[in-house]
Amino acid sequence: MDNRNTKVMNRFDVTSRLIGKLRHEEAIIGGIGNTNFDLWAAGHRPQNFYMLGSMGLAFPIALGVALAQPDRRVFALEGDGSLLMQLGVLSTIATLKPKNLIMIVMDNGIYQITGAQPTPAASVADIVAIAAGSGLAKSAWAADEEDFERLVEVAMSAAEPSLIAVRIDDKPGVGATRRDPVQIRERFMQGLGVRDQL
Amino acid sequence: MAIAERQVTPPAGDNSWHGIVLQTLKRNEISLVPYVPDRVLTPLIKNLHTDPFFTTFATAREEEAVGIVSGAWMGGRRGAVLMQTSGFATLANVLASLAVPYQIPLIMFVSERGTLGEFNYGQSLVCRTMRPVLDSLALEHHTITRLDELEFIADRSIKQAVTTQAPVALILNPLLTGGKVFDK
Repeated sequence: MDNRNTKVMNRFDVTSRLIGKLRHEEAIIGGIGNTNFDLWAAGHRPQNFYMLGSMGLAFPIALGVALAQPDRRVFALEGDGSLLMQLGVLSTIATLKPKNLIMIVMDNGIYQITGAQPTPAASVADIVAIAAGSGLAKSAWAADEEDFERLVEVAMSAAEPSLIAVRIDDKPGVGATRRDPVQIRERFMQGLGVRDQL
Repeated sequence: MAIAERQVTPPAGDNSWHGIVLQTLKRNEISLVPYVPDRVLTPLIKNLHTDPFFTTFATAREEEAVGIVSGAWMGGRRGAVLMQTSGFATLANVLASLAVPYQIPLIMFVSERGTLGEFNYGQSLVCRTMRPVLDSLALEHHTITRLDELEFIADRSIKQAVTTQAPVALILNPLLTGGKVFDK
């Protein structure tokens, strides 16, 4: 919605700031499209997983990783349009309360990659209010870049799942992920210590 | 009284279809079992909740559950998804864009509605889409009709899914489960 008192930030910049805060091989699931393009562009890490389809499943995939590895922090980066396809997962996460899961929503109110059409939520709905109403008490808008970094730090020591929403501009992703799903999955599993290299 | 209702709370180690499924999951170290419920699956779901070995919970959609077990598998924990025929019909996109291309051993148990006494026309139609979708992606699937074949098919299929890193659908036919009929 337009009446929020939050700065319009940039996806690549915010993603880079997040990566800069990581010290413990935290996992990151990058949602479809620009969200994982900017994750890729911010510098590949073995603990990054890039989605090449299955729109809306960044939070469910991250929840699965979080349930499998409760001692590792798991981030999920998702666009607002993607999240709208899978709002039910917010309640699932609120019920299970994985303390190591941090959800970040990049909200530009548009389907940027398909031609910048506005989402049905763009002028009427508030992602943070939806998350809070789904039972995720630790949900907040980042007011600006500094506030985003502060919220990430708070979330990394929280005892329950957190959701951080960021208003972003209408810029496309900076890079383009190499579309090799088997390699993406295999390297991610190696990055999580599940597998050794062949 | 409904067949499914009579089967609730069986003794441990029992030889019911759901007892065999539960033991086969456990033997194969499948501990994460999200589901979208179905009447026929009720005794299995109930017993999974009772057994502390399992983390089992409802999801809002079947593809959400597929995302969860896919993430868990990449993190080193095995899972399986329980659903009904109509729920499987929502999965074509996630099968084609996540499970298959990323080579994820997605294990699906599908309670089959739409055949052998179905009373809802929509269910019988959606059932006819299931095997063509599985076949179009060349996915392994078995329709289980006999109790004496259940353990063999389920155990071998799970092991094959894991070792070949490919999804499998195990379709629980009304001949096995009793299904759901009009008076329920």
